[in-house]
Amino acid sequence: MPGADKEADLTERIEAFLADLKRGGCGTGPIRGSGETARETTALLRKVTAQARWSSAGDLMEIIRKEGRRMTAAQPSETTVGNMVLRVLKIIREEYARSRGSSEETDQQESLHKLQHFVHLKANVIEAINELLTELDGTTDNIAMQALEHIHSNEVIMTVGRSRTVEAFLKDAARKRKFHVIVAECAPFCQGHEMATNLSKASIETTVIADAAIFAVMSRVNKVIIGTQTVLANGGLRAVNGTHTVALAARHHSTPLIVCAPMFKLSPQFPNEEDTFHKFVSPHEVLPFTEGEILSKVNVHCPVFDYVPPELITLFISNIGGNAPSYIYRLMSELYHPEDHDL
Amino acid sequence: MKRESIVPAACAAVTYTVLCHPHHHTVFIVLTDGPGNKDDITRSKNEGKELSKEEKQRLRKQKKQQKKQKERKNEKSETEKEKTPVSLLPPPRPVATQKAPSALPAPASAPIPVPASAPFHSSPAPSPADKPAKSKAELKAERRARQETDRAAKQPGSSSSGIKTKVPLSELNPVVKRLPEHVQVDDPAVVKRLAKKLERQQIPLRSDYGYKVSLFSHLHQYSRKAPLTQQLSIPSTVIHPSIVRLGLQYSQGIVAGSNARSVALLHAFKQVIRDYTTPPNEELSRDLVNKLKPYISFLNQCRPLSASMGNAIKYIKKEISNIPSQCKEEEAKTKLLTCIDRYIEEKIVLAAKAISKYAIEKISDGDVILVYGCSSLVNNILCEAFEKSRKFRVIVVDSRPRLEGREALRRLVQRGISCTYVLISALSYILPEVSKVFLGAHALLANGYVMSRVGTSQIALVARTFNVPVLVCCETYKFCEKVQTDSFVSNELDDPDDLMVTRKGKTQLENWQDVSSLGLLNLVYDVTPPDFVDLVITDLGMIPCTSVPVVLRVKNLDQ
Repeated sequence: MPGADKEADLTERIEAFLADLKRGGCGTGPIRGSGETARETTALLRKVTAQARWSSAGDLMEIIRKEGRRMTAAQPSETTVGNMVLRVLKIIREEYARSRGSSEETDQQESLHKLQHFVHLKANVIEAINELLTELDGTTDNIAMQALEHIHSNEVIMTVGRSRTVEAFLKDAARKRKFHVIVAECAPFCQGHEMATNLSKASIETTVIADAAIFAVMSRVNKVIIGTQTVLANGGLRAVNGTHTVALAARHHSTPLIVCAPMFKLSPQFPNEEDTFHKFVSPHEVLPFTEGEILSKVNVHCPVFDYVPPELITLFISNIGGNAPSYIYRLMSELYHPEDHDL
Repeated sequence: MKRESIVPAACAAVTYTVLCHPHHHTVFIVLTDGPGNKDDITRSKNEGKELSKEEKQRLRKQKKQQKKQKERKNEKSETEKEKTPVSLLPPPRPVATQKAPSALPAPASAPIPVPASAPFHSSPAPSPADKPAKSKAELKAERRARQETDRAAKQPGSSSSGIKTKVPLSELNPVVKRLPEHVQVDDPAVVKRLAKKLERQQIPLRSDYGYKVSLFSHLHQYSRKAPLTQQLSIPSTVIHPSIVRLGLQYSQGIVAGSNARSVALLHAFKQVIRDYTTPPNEELSRDLVNKLKPYISFLNQCRPLSASMGNAIKYIKKEISNIPSQCKEEEAKTKLLTCIDRYIEEKIVLAAKAISKYAIEKISDGDVILVYGCSSLVNNILCEAFEKSRKFRVIVVDSRPRLEGREALRRLVQRGISCTYVLISALSYILPEVSKVFLGAHALLANGYVMSRVGTSQIALVARTFNVPVLVCCETYKFCEKVQTDSFVSNELDDPDDLMVTRKGKTQLENWQDVSSLGLLNLVYDVTPPDFVDLVITDLGMIPCTSVPVVLRVKNLDQ
């Protein structure tokens, strides 16, 4: 039966995606960037909307929530998946409200479960998800377009590790301005090396330094531009380890810290000191097995992320423009509905 | 056109050249040596012989006169122009001509000033033809005053002359120390001068490697794969074999760490002294110091000297020059060997014991102590504290590319101390658990900054943010009179290839040399500002960072 085939196809695709997520976030850096994860998630959710059997907006939301929970459970640290699910839920609510023609929030909850304007709702939701996908495609370009407003000539810019957004940002500015970039290599994964090679291929003067030299060279740096894995609800960051040190050094020298983060990285989570914040990978990266006997007698830690408090950040540059960290709460209320914050 | 005249002085040692600028009416006086003496000196230099006593004295006189005359040149009265036409002076062979007596300013005719510190056996008589503008007595008084200031200024500077290059025509105020050569790589004149000096000492010059980041173009950057010893002939006639071995150990990183390098240096010098024999007609106190100079240049070329090594060398040179001339050679040598042993015993071994004693008071049960890299002193303290049955655990922080923390980890684990190991990028994760930070130092600068392995300042910064106390442990022999505010002006650049890493069979930076806009920076040291450091534990006690110049002054008075 064609319907069953399509359903099986869909489940297969979701399973493949989950398996990929579980593998992709193994700490050697994402095999795919978070942009691709976001796009894949949204595409999958669009497919679910198109193919799954639902009769009301409430049903649809329930289905999406269920799939969303499965996806976030596969890789909790990959917050873009959860963010996209929340965006789609918000889209559904909006489309429903629009199609009903009423702006009353109070009876929306009950009426969501009623069968109303089904056909139009489906088409509208799918169209809105398509818009979301186009927005996702253009985020990197939108951010890179703002580069010339922030970088002047003969600057020394410092960055940490590898971020595709920052790479595009700097390459765009390099077309018109000459400046110098210092890349901290970010041990143990040393993603800074790849970033440096890519930047130098675009004829940007690049220097690679070890993590230990961050404070030593910070006095000559004019700006620090970093990417991040997640932007938290209080304006803080969950970024690659070593970023907190860079932020502290920048504050000590009064150097502005600019974070290039597209909107899909904004997450309604707050930072917490429990184990759920940190993600650890194999300590083999830090102390390899070749070290021998002492391995059994020492504890070795290899955390992947760092928390950076919002007071250390000067500016967020996202695809909708530049914002101060204190404004993040407002952006969040526009993107996500408060009732959806817990999936 | 400059008009010159040369005044033939009565003494054979020096002739004076008077140059007059036609527009400004200022008179320049250039002192040149007598014809015959210059030849002797250049000849013996070229032959590699030691300059004889007389030649050395002449050189010294020359330099002093040049310096003094340059100081005085602006005082020359404008009316005293030289009218007699003269020929241009070829540098090694000055042509003596007569000159009008009245035109010459008085100081030019004055006898060469005789500083009391250096024994001169010939004191030149004043030129009879010249009439001084001021009275002779006044001039003498002036000269004597200048001698006093020069002598006073020379005393602290002279002992460090072995490390810093001599700049004979320098117009620097004697109170200002001369810049060491190894931070002036971007100045081609200095580089040329160093090359000449090394050629004279028959030591090969090490060439820089790789693209240097523009901020550091004033520093050397060597490759570990091209050690200096490859350019030496075997067996090396000029350099003692134990020094060659030591240089190789330094440049390959086999002997690393401030204390280890100093102790290795002193042991090598002991061997040199044992094998030394005084040549005939030479004094041990002068000759041995001169023998050590090329060795020090060689070691400097292998790896720039550390502050502790500099202080050790100063001490040895002082001890050697204090040997009385009537002392027999065997006696002198045993005396020197015991001096060196005592220095190591006092300044390093006993100092470590004293520091441990103070530091153990600061370690309480239940502490979580963070250490960075491998400092022999800090490891010593922790092992002793563990022996005194303090209950604590240690977190070792390490950084690429040196990864010295693994060595510290091995030593501590061997003793049975429970350790945790992280890289420096995980510092913000691990610091909330830490109760104290113990850091070692490479040197303590006179303005209170702590010079240590790169990454130390970062640890101190983040520890301050988390309100964790930072304690620096440092022996007093590492205190130095330099001042520095940033990690750029005086630092060491290590081999840039060390930053490359192969992960999953792929080396990202493999061809970094081919890409013109890519540079790798491998710093060795950085300076920590004193506001990040809470306490410095030394063998004299526990002092704040800002008391370093006080300790230096006390040490100088003792000596």
